[in-house]
Amino acid sequence: MTTQTGTSPQDTGHHLTLTVDGRAHEVEVDVRSTLLDTLRERLGVTTVKKGCDHGQCGSCTVLLDGRRHLTCLSLAVQHDGAELTTADGLAATEGGGEGDLHPVQQAFLDRDAYQCGYCTPGQVCSAVGALDELKQGHPSHVTDDLEAEVDLDDDHLDDELRERMSGNLCRCGAYVNILAAIKDAAGVATDGPTTTEEAAR
Amino acid sequence: MRTFTYVRPDDVASAVEAVAADAEARFVAGGSNLVDHLKLGVARPGTLVDVTRLGLDAIEPHEGGLRVGANVRNSDLAAHPVVRQRYPAVARALLAGASGQIRHQATTAGNLLQRTRCVYFQDVTTPCHKREPGSGCSAIEGYGRYNAILGASGSCVAVHPSDLAVALTAVDAVVVVQGPGGERRVPMTELHRLPGDRPQDDTVLEHGDLVTAVELPDSPVAGLSTYYKARDRASYAFALVSVAAAVDLDGDTVRDLRVVWGGVAHRPWRATTLEDRLRGQRLTEETIAAAADAELADAVTGADNAYKPAMVRGATVHALTGLARRAGAATTEGIDA
Ligand SMILES: Cc1cc2nc3c(=O)[nH]c(=O)nc-3n(C[C@H](O)[C@H](O)[C@H](O)COP(=O)(O)OP(=O)(O)OC[C@H]3O[C@@H](n4cnc5c(N)ncnc54)[C@H](O)[C@@H]3O)c2cc1C
Ligand code: SF4
Ligand code: FES
Ligand code: FES
Repeated sequence: MTTQTGTSPQDTGHHLTLTVDGRAHEVEVDVRSTLLDTLRERLGVTTVKKGCDHGQCGSCTVLLDGRRHLTCLSLAVQHDGAELTTADGLAATEGGGEGDLHPVQQAFLDRDAYQCGYCTPGQVCSAVGALDELKQGHPSHVTDDLEAEVDLDDDHLDDELRERMSGNLCRCGAYVNILAAIKDAAGVATDGPTTTEEAAR
Repeated sequence: MRTFTYVRPDDVASAVEAVAADAEARFVAGGSNLVDHLKLGVARPGTLVDVTRLGLDAIEPHEGGLRVGANVRNSDLAAHPVVRQRYPAVARALLAGASGQIRHQATTAGNLLQRTRCVYFQDVTTPCHKREPGSGCSAIEGYGRYNAILGASGSCVAVHPSDLAVALTAVDAVVVVQGPGGERRVPMTELHRLPGDRPQDDTVLEHGDLVTAVELPDSPVAGLSTYYKARDRASYAFALVSVAAAVDLDGDTVRDLRVVWGGVAHRPWRATTLEDRLRGQRLTEETIAAAADAELADAVTGADNAYKPAMVRGATVHALTGLARRAGAATTEGIDA
């Protein structure tokens, strides 16, 4: 059996259900729409940023059915019924009042892990996904022993996090503080700057 | 972007039929390569047939090895305990590719069938035989840093970009294909083509051929294997050159081995001359470098890619001496950390 919506090239309207940050949306899209454009242009979800639109920067990262995913190279029609979480939806409450922030969001604030902030929603979603992959014991390119557990406390943690976050570029070069923030969120002490004032120097 | 009809079959036969019956139809899996090409105008299909819901999602034991469904994501394959233990070159190649996000999206079949990153192929304002047969090749006298050094032709000098394909070739993997005429098995060594005068055909697959799985056999060389990739930055970049190496050692001599190069040719380059020279030998920097030079005897370079032979030779020495060291069989001479 084949599901076919849009029976001819002239008939390209597709009816989709997408759950974004806990809210269900019904939306009619042109078959060519990416998830990114659907979120931003049709659903008004502007937390998700368009950087390169070609898979090369990571600013459009969301959690798609729980895993970090680019939205710019994803056709919306392929994701009918999907659950998406943007950086906005990570906060415990709608609008994300202080104190209700996700630990990764809080760590980005504490560590001043941005300058212009454009890459930040993608960085935050990617970090949440990366930490989850680490917890599940998935190795990375820099993991020495593919069969051993990846140790969060080992000497290689900086390298591990840098490698795992390599899909998110930051044009402002806030990498040092992004790394510190993710280490904080991973529950690991770091030697980096401890206050936003220090970090801002 | 040209508009298209989108269909989502839920069984293999319907998917094959949907593409086979329509010259303008194409399969789409994760979309991380094809959607980019839709945007760039490089691909202009009339119909997209989604192959992500055909039930091709399992990694299962198979004849002493593994059978990997076409829709298995690169991240899941790399994290699989049997792949990490018995096919480390495959796990390493996957982990060296793209980014954490893209590996969740990229499928096993889509990765093997991704198209070249030749800059002219991706730029529809320039001539390119692969994109538009008969139009010319802009890379031969243009920007040539990524160009092939082995097996190229006067019509195309592009290289295949997949890391996974290189590693799968080194572990003797076989691709399972369902076509309009039934099922067949294509060894990785035969899947991708050299360009010849038909650079538009990356592989031996015909229109309507669906990859359903990749089989990793119970290989005597795969257990001691690795993947080494040289690139412009430490992560999130395609290979300049790469090496998948797999060895079966008898003491400190080579009983059998596979060495496959990426970034040098239109297909993963199985270095058979090098392999023949090293069987029965000890793995030292000298023996490996000499064997690599024999493999490179017919290499053709230009001003922009003259670095590649030396780089692939060095990468091969690095990969093989590393494996020998790991096996504890390395002689100390000529092997540095
Ligand atoms: C920024 C960036 C960096 C990257 N870096 C790397 C890298 O370092 N190394 C690397 O190896 N790759 C890299 N990639 C490429 C990536 O691995 C591929 O885009 C991905 O593997 C393609 O898989 P997919 O499922 O998304 O394929 P799709 O885009 O869906 O399809 C690709 C092709 O395969 C065909 N196809 C898909 N499934 C089947 C099937 N079952 N049977 C027959 N045909 C099929 C499609 O018709 C299409 O022609 C990178 C990509 C990006 C965007
Ligand atoms: S090298 Fe091949 S892909 Fe690149 S421009 Fe020439 S024909 Fe096209
Ligand atoms: S906008 Fe998606 S990766 Fe850059
Ligand atoms: S904070 Fe400006 S791009 Fe990262």
